[in-house]
Amino acid sequence: MNGTGIWIAVGLTAVGCYLLKLGGLLVPAETLERPLVRRLSGLLPVALLAALTAQQTFASGGALVLDARAAGIAAAALALLLRAPFLVVVAAAVVVTAGVRALGG
Amino acid sequence: MAERNTAAAHPAGPPGAPPAGPSGTEPRPVGRDTVGSRVTGPDTAGSRVVGSDGVEPGTGKPDRAVVRDSLGVGVAVGLSGFAFGVTSVGAGLDLLQTCALSLLVFTGASQFALVGALAAGGNPFTAAAGAFFLGTRNAFYGLRLSQLLALPRAVRPFAAHWVIDETAAVSLAQPDRRAARIGFTVTGLTLYVLWNLTTLLGALGAEAIGDTAAWGLDAAGPAVFLALLAPMLRTATERAVAGLAVLLGLGFLPVLPAGVPVLVAALAAPAVLWLKGRGEAGR
Repeated sequence: MNGTGIWIAVGLTAVGCYLLKLGGLLVPAETLERPLVRRLSGLLPVALLAALTAQQTFASGGALVLDARAAGIAAAALALLLRAPFLVVVAAAVVVTAGVRALGG
Repeated sequence: MAERNTAAAHPAGPPGAPPAGPSGTEPRPVGRDTVGSRVTGPDTAGSRVVGSDGVEPGTGKPDRAVVRDSLGVGVAVGLSGFAFGVTSVGAGLDLLQTCALSLLVFTGASQFALVGALAAGGNPFTAAAGAFFLGTRNAFYGLRLSQLLALPRAVRPFAAHWVIDETAAVSLAQPDRRAARIGFTVTGLTLYVLWNLTTLLGALGAEAIGDTAAWGLDAAGPAVFLALLAPMLRTATERAVAGLAVLLGLGFLPVLPAGVPVLVAALAAPAVLWLKGRGEAGR
């Protein structure tokens, strides 16, 4: 991706995300309060985060791969189960991934 | 940020998105437990607070306690901007682009999603679309906060930038309007300043060390997403959506252009709602 393409993406995201935030503060409540809209808005982040987590763990370009990242994310999942703080969760993933790579994994 | 999450824990990250940064970093992460647990359902929390509208003598929370809670969330999540800076530079964005995202987008999960999609070779439009969909929840936070905080119209365009997971979680957890306003302002200011500072430091550090993958730093992005996702998986519906989204996201990855499989995976949300509706209707 060239610099211009990235700047286009940055600009679109900045404007879009700001309008979403401002929209919530300005629109009449009933517009967003319809039950279907509310339920979808709660579930959309779940779907996106799950898909992004999986892709960034198992994808390399357009191919599915199993590498050191999987071990790192497993460590992060374990840290989450142990109710570790956010920064510890991220650090666990980074340290385990680096360790597995250093060992040739 | 990820949205970022919480207090002790911080939250979310990402920002918390974002984590995440802001946001997203908004990251709502883990931290959420502390603050989040009191926000049992934005609905109830919101209406309760609005109902009390103000400051009944004797029931108000001391300002100092509100500030302390807010700082806990802001600092813990704000520091995770470091992970965003590293991830963004590792994904191929330059320093200026990375800092522009934290300054102008300020919702962690959306920021991480955007750089992840760009790193995977997605075009600017599909990448921005994924980040946008992740930001939709902020509209709902704004909806609740506008009643709760009762901001003057002139202030809203400025306050809007700080409407993310963490500020919503802290504000909605407060017992009255004064405490909610303090919580929103202190959390928003702390998080904004720290998230942007640590983004800069992370980006500078990543540029200095070169190959971020050798240090395992390519695992930071998905770990942030996982931390944001975990507290959302409360019911069978949410778990079904997550499971289906993983299948769709990985299944279409080899056959669709970069960035598109994530948008296909977003269809897991309406699909599960529809199937659930049919199941209930058939009973």
